[in-house]
Amino acid sequence: MNGNEFAVTVEKLTKRFGKFTAVNGISFETRRGEVFGFLGPNGAGKSTTIRILCGLLEPTSGSATVAGLDVATQPEAIRQRIGYMSQKFSLYNDLQVIENLNFFAGLYSVPSSEIRERAEWAVRMAGLEGREHAMTASLPVGWKQRLALGCALLHRPPIVFLDEPTSGVDPVSRRQFWALIHQMSGEGVTVFVTTHYMDEAEYCNRLVLIDRGAIVAMGTPTELKRGSMKGELLLVECEPLGAGLEALRAAPGVEDAAVFGRALHAVVRDARAAAGPIREALGAHQVTVSRVEPIPPTLEDVFVALTAGRAAREAVRS
Amino acid sequence: MSLPRILAVMRKEFIQIARDVRSLLIIFAIPLILLFIYGYAVNLDVKHVPLCVYDRDGTQQSQDLLKAFQASEYFRIVHLARDYREVVDDIDSGRCALAIVIPPRFADDLNAGATSVQAILDASDSNSASIGLDYTRAVVAAYSSRVQVAWAQNRGMAPPVPPLDVRSRTWFNENLESMADIVPGVVALVMAVVGAFLTSLTIAREWERGTMEQLISTPVGALEIQIGKLVPYFLIGMSDTAVCAVLSVIWFGVPFRGSWTILFASSALFLVVVLSLGYWMSVVAKSQLAASQFALVATFLPTFLLSGFLFPIDQMPVVVQWITRVLPARYYITILRNIFLKGTPVRMFASQLAALGIYALVLVIMATRALHKRLE
Repeated sequence: MNGNEFAVTVEKLTKRFGKFTAVNGISFETRRGEVFGFLGPNGAGKSTTIRILCGLLEPTSGSATVAGLDVATQPEAIRQRIGYMSQKFSLYNDLQVIENLNFFAGLYSVPSSEIRERAEWAVRMAGLEGREHAMTASLPVGWKQRLALGCALLHRPPIVFLDEPTSGVDPVSRRQFWALIHQMSGEGVTVFVTTHYMDEAEYCNRLVLIDRGAIVAMGTPTELKRGSMKGELLLVECEPLGAGLEALRAAPGVEDAAVFGRALHAVVRDARAAAGPIREALGAHQVTVSRVEPIPPTLEDVFVALTAGRAAREAVRS
Repeated sequence: MSLPRILAVMRKEFIQIARDVRSLLIIFAIPLILLFIYGYAVNLDVKHVPLCVYDRDGTQQSQDLLKAFQASEYFRIVHLARDYREVVDDIDSGRCALAIVIPPRFADDLNAGATSVQAILDASDSNSASIGLDYTRAVVAAYSSRVQVAWAQNRGMAPPVPPLDVRSRTWFNENLESMADIVPGVVALVMAVVGAFLTSLTIAREWERGTMEQLISTPVGALEIQIGKLVPYFLIGMSDTAVCAVLSVIWFGVPFRGSWTILFASSALFLVVVLSLGYWMSVVAKSQLAASQFALVATFLPTFLLSGFLFPIDQMPVVVQWITRVLPARYYITILRNIFLKGTPVRMFASQLAALGIYALVLVIMATRALHKRLE
């Protein structure tokens, strides 16, 4: 059995709320010790999946195991072995930092001889030295998130589930947080993390792209970028952007186009051959083109390409 | 079951209570406020009825009768009217609840054999009016028997003896003060507020603030949460009970004839009932507002209106009397009066204790089964 190899296995997992299907028959595995990313826009089914894995929701059909235990029948045994950080900040704002840590250490049955040492470890890890007696409500969001991570790790769980841990956190704190995740991973902890920030996916060992309850792609960041893009990518800088996008979509050889920041990305079969015709097509629509050049795809490009294709197929089917 | 986990929940709950001004106010201020309202302000005794007198005779005899009214603690003469219009004014304005009008030739008629006085009552408060009328009859009857005795003595005859008489002995509340039976009931009212209202907030607050999701993702069991959350409120409720009981006896002079052990044992049972009810509502409603309103409607109001706390149950319509039988507060109030005023042995209210015990058991089970460690 692969129970030793995989921290999480998910098999045809489905979750419906009334008529709404939040998670639609997904299957994947998470290996021990890896940073496993669950990437997708809001409402894709990320939180629902993570809540099923933590035993907080019952699956409608399909099955899943965490640390070799069945989520439907052994949720309590799973809770002993995991740490969980929910999407919404959910520590006690009216408790001090140290009181929150002591509380969760008690709930996780950390031996009383170790509680102090573990709480001190969590304070150091979260960079909260000197703030032990600060009221949790008074901490900035990024600090609160690190404290929540500390609370989830007090009992040294082999697997942690982090649901959008960096949502609403400033870029510096986000980078700090990811450094912590990699530190944990280095210590052998399996980290299952969801995010809707595409750039964060690059930090994961492996990831799943999920959209509207279904998996659209799976693999390492490199595999995804290499394998999932049909064609090559062109960066197009032009003015005005809106008219440029319309003209670009109609231009010969362009399979898809989307806005990325202050520029456009176009998916083409052959980047070298397409550059010239694109300049001409945009020029014909009174769009000033300042730059057209081939670029390596980011995961966001991959995601847009994959979900656009899926949406188009669904539109054709219906 | 893990004791450290229960202790962790208890400690957290105590810290949160100590930091919440609203909870502290309810715990410390409500018992005192209720005790003083019902000890002082609410008085069902009819005493010092404001009285207006209109003496149209103005003789020694008529003044004697009025002195008899003045001497009674049930009346307080507030106005000596000079004509009928003033009498009507006094009653209309509510300055007086009762007017006594002594007719002209009162003394002459009295000496000749018989006469009467007029009593005008403001019956917009029917209870006080009928009691006031009874007092009036009593004062007048006492006066007329004095007249009879004097009349007989003047003629050297033996004073007339009424053939029938009532010799009363008032038990339990010797001075017939309503305060003495209301104040012990305040204990029940305080428990309904502190017990049910505060606990109705506990679980709902965790749901509303989003802390529940983190809590149920840990290995802590539903029963451990329940015990850890209810024990602090149980200790607070018992302390409030002790404060109320001691103040009733020391400050208000309510007699205490039963056993303190039985008082605390039965209070513990009733407290488990209201705590579990509040907790159950909190789990089911998941909203602090809804749960606290339910809790007040289900505990405070029936305790106040239907438990016999203020209004005697045997005076209620039969259907309402049946309803009172399902209220745990009714049994608790009966037990409280037994312990404070009567000092009867436990077997006299064993059935009430058993009723409370059954309620406690049922509600604890309901509360325990309500909380599931799931988000749905």
